[in-house]
Amino acid sequence: MWRDNLRGIFYIALKDIRTYYFKPPAVSWGIVFPITWILAFYLRNPQSFEELVPGLIAMTILFSTTAAEAVNINFELRVGSLERLLLAPISIPAVLLGKVLGGVVFGFIMTLAVTIGSTIVLGLHPDFLKIILILVPSLFVFSSLGALLCVMVKEVFEAQTLLNFPRFLMIFLSGVVYPVSKMPVVLQYFSYALPLTYTVESLRLSFSGGSYKMIFPYILILISFFFLFMLPAVKLLYKKFE
Amino acid sequence: MNEDTVIQTFNLTKLYGEIIAVDRVSFEVKKGEIFGFLGPNGAGKTTTIRMLTGLSRPTDGKASILGLDINSRIVEIKKYIGIVPEISNLYDELSAIDNLLFMAQLYGVPRRKRRERAEELLKTFRLHERKDSLFRTFSRGMKRALTIAAALIHNPKVLFLDEPTAGLDVVAARSLRNLISNLHQQGITIFLTTHYLEEADLLCDHVAILVKGKILTIDTPQVLKAKTDKKSLEEAFMKITGLEPEILIIEKGK
Repeated sequence: MWRDNLRGIFYIALKDIRTYYFKPPAVSWGIVFPITWILAFYLRNPQSFEELVPGLIAMTILFSTTAAEAVNINFELRVGSLERLLLAPISIPAVLLGKVLGGVVFGFIMTLAVTIGSTIVLGLHPDFLKIILILVPSLFVFSSLGALLCVMVKEVFEAQTLLNFPRFLMIFLSGVVYPVSKMPVVLQYFSYALPLTYTVESLRLSFSGGSYKMIFPYILILISFFFLFMLPAVKLLYKKFE
Repeated sequence: MNEDTVIQTFNLTKLYGEIIAVDRVSFEVKKGEIFGFLGPNGAGKTTTIRMLTGLSRPTDGKASILGLDINSRIVEIKKYIGIVPEISNLYDELSAIDNLLFMAQLYGVPRRKRRERAEELLKTFRLHERKDSLFRTFSRGMKRALTIAAALIHNPKVLFLDEPTAGLDVVAARSLRNLISNLHQQGITIFLTTHYLEEADLLCDHVAILVKGKILTIDTPQVLKAKTDKKSLEEAFMKITGLEPEILIIEKGK
C-alpha cells in the first residue's frame, strides 16, 4: 500500500506542478511579489540590503509554496476533480501530501533561484547546505499551512482571503524586514508562535556563519510545525468525505 | 458469500444528522451482470455508490466488494473498481490523452503499457482524433465518454456508473448505452444508477428500486413487469413505488 501511496503522491505533485504552478499567476505571487516588497525596503535604506536577503528568501518560501493551493485544492474540490483523486487506490493523507509536495517543489525552485541570484548579485558566500537544511522543512511547513487553511473553507476566494491573513501577519511579525529582537517584548512572544520567525532567524544564522548545532533546534521546531498543520488538514479532509 | 457474488451489502445505512439517506439496504450483485439501482432524485442512489467506493463512510451496516470489506480494505478495493461519477470530473487543463495517462499513473498501470492502453481506449470511445484537445473543449457527450474511458484505464473488474446518460442528447445517450452493452459483453460487472427506466429496462439483468433510502424490491425487469402486469419497466416502477396516483392527481389538477 505504501508503494501505491508514494506513486500517488509523486504523480499528483507532478500533475499540479504542470497544471497550476508554472503559470503566470503562481510565478508572480511566488517570486515577483517578495522581490518587489524587498526592493521597496531597499529603496528606503540601500545600505542594508544584505540584511534583507534572509527575509527575501523566507518570503519567497512563504509565497511560492502557497501560490496555487487555493486553486489546486478548493477549485478541485468544487469541480469534483479532487474527488477523482480519492477514487484512485491512494489514501486521503497521500492525496493531501501530493498537493503539499507540488507547492514544495515549486517553492524549492523559486527559492533556489532567488537565493542564488541574490548571493551572486551581492557577492555573498553563505553555506548552501545549511540553507537547504532550513529550506526543505520550511517549504513543507508553509505548504502544509496553506493546505490546512484551504481545507478549512469551501470556495477559492475564501481560501485566498484566509491565506493572506497569516502571510501578511508573518511578514510584519517574523523579522522579515525588522529584527524580532528589536520588537516590543509582547510582540516578540507572538512572533515566536509564528513558523516564519524560525525560518528567518535560522537563515540569518546561516548567512552570519552560525554553526549546524545552532541551526538544528530551528529545524526541529519547523518539523513540529509541519505536523501541527498537516494532521488537522488530513482530519478536515477526511471529514469532508464522511 | 457465494463465489459469484461481486458486491454484497447488508443493512447498509447512511445518516446525515437526522436525515436517513440510505436505510438498511441489502443486496447482492453477481459476477458479470448489469445491476440497476433505480429511484427518483434523492432516493439514495448516489449515496450508496459513494459508500461502496469509499467516498463516504457508512453509518451502519456492512458491505463488501470482491469479498473485501469496504470499511477496512477500501484502498485495495479501488484497484479493482472503476468509477464514473455523476459529474464528468476529469481535468479541464489536460488533454484527453494526458487525462488518461494521469489516471493510468495513479492506478499503477505499468509504464510501458500506459500509452498503449490510453490510445486503445480513445479509439474504442471514438475520441482518438481529439486526443490532444483539452478536456474543457469537449462536448458533454465526449466528456462523459472520456470519463468512462478513464474509469476503465486499469481494466477494472467492477464498474460503477452513476447516471451515465444524464444530460446527454438522444444520439450521445444511445451511443453510450451501446458502449455499456459492449463492456457487459466483455464480462465486466456493472453497477448502474439511473432514473431513466427505459435505459434500465434495456441494459440491466437485475434492478433494485429505491425510494427514500429504502429498497422496495429487487428482481429482473421482466419479472417486475410480469408481477405488476405492466408492459414497461416505467409503469411497473410507478406501481411499485406508488408514485403513479400522486402524478395522476397532479395531472388532473392541471
